Amino acid sequence: MAASEPTPSDKVVVLEVFRYRPEEDEEPFYQTYEVPYFEDWVVLDALNHIKNEIDGTLTFRWSCRMGVCGSCGMMVNGDPMLTCAAFIRDYYPATIRVEPLNYFPVIRDLVINMDDFLDKLTDVQTWLVPKEEKPVSEGEYLQTPVELAKYKQFSMCINCMLCYSACPVYGQHPEFIGPAALALAQRYNLDSRDGGADERAEVMFSHEGIWECTFVGDCSRVCPKNVDPAGAIQQAKVTATKDWYRSVLLPLGKKKGKDA
Amino acid sequence: MTDGVTKTKEYIRPMPTNWWLKRKSYFMFMVRELTCLFVCGYAIFLLMLASRLGDLDAFTALLKDPIVIALQVIALPMVVYHTVTWLNLTPKVLVIWRGENRVNPLLIAAAHYLAWFAVSAVILWIVSMYR
Repeated sequence: MAASEPTPSDKVVVLEVFRYRPEEDEEPFYQTYEVPYFEDWVVLDALNHIKNEIDGTLTFRWSCRMGVCGSCGMMVNGDPMLTCAAFIRDYYPATIRVEPLNYFPVIRDLVINMDDFLDKLTDVQTWLVPKEEKPVSEGEYLQTPVELAKYKQFSMCINCMLCYSACPVYGQHPEFIGPAALALAQRYNLDSRDGGADERAEVMFSHEGIWECTFVGDCSRVCPKNVDPAGAIQQAKVTATKDWYRSVLLPLGKKKGKDA
Repeated sequence: MTDGVTKTKEYIRPMPTNWWLKRKSYFMFMVRELTCLFVCGYAIFLLMLASRLGDLDAFTALLKDPIVIALQVIALPMVVYHTVTWLNLTPKVLVIWRGENRVNPLLIAAAHYLAWFAVSAVILWIVSMYR
């Protein structure tokens, strides 16, 4: 689409927005707003229009408005979406219902508390644990393109938490480590420079870790970066199973080998 | 989070018991999971057949029982659906690298289908021999 010549604003789109104001409300409610329709507007544009022109009290998170920062995730007509990627024209003329991400506690309006997710990222150590520490003077930890290819897909995560809002397991068992954190843990386990698999194993391979996953697969369907967390978790299950058999059958052999 | 910040009360949205009816992918997941009951039922049927191996009349009587036939007709599409949904997921689970390239996911699913058809053909062949 070419940059929009603002279309005549006789066309309007109706947004039904989840409101929760902790000081005043016991229960949340839905507030209806009428917003002008533009061909190239996304739901985030409509929310910003509401905030700037109609109702300054509406609260929501956003930053880059181009699908990179992962902060504008919300439920749009029941689907976890980046609102900066949810075009109004795909819903028009129907009413668009905007709600905060499912399964997270709501702080205010469309803003959820993400502490639980951040804690889980730490629990499974989603960072590089160098196989061998070496001083900066020895240079970089080199990696071949093939070694990169093995984990690259899982490294594309932008921590937008759409996958958690798609996961009914997380909805019912909030202790579940969840799709993004497990996919990132798997990403580092698959990294040739990483030696942290054993440290991650206790949480990652626990019941609250990969084994809680029942492979609904919706996390992968909603992921805006095609990370495929469901695949990552099932592949981790295979690795964990192999490790278990190895430890039983070869008690004197090597402990937890990494899957090549 | 940060000390000194007054924490307001957060709203926790309850998860409805009919959550699996709220979303097509959730519903299809439940269908996939529930069809495993028919896999289990068929396994029980096979055990019942096996226990009658010494008595040919009882064996054929069970096979000819109209209720058992009706149950098999219901079980067949369920078991096929269960099998197909899981075989379709195999490429997500099984990642094989050949040198510098990842083996095509379609090939992995295809291999599973081939194995399934091969085993089915062998069983059909054995059954046809003893008719």
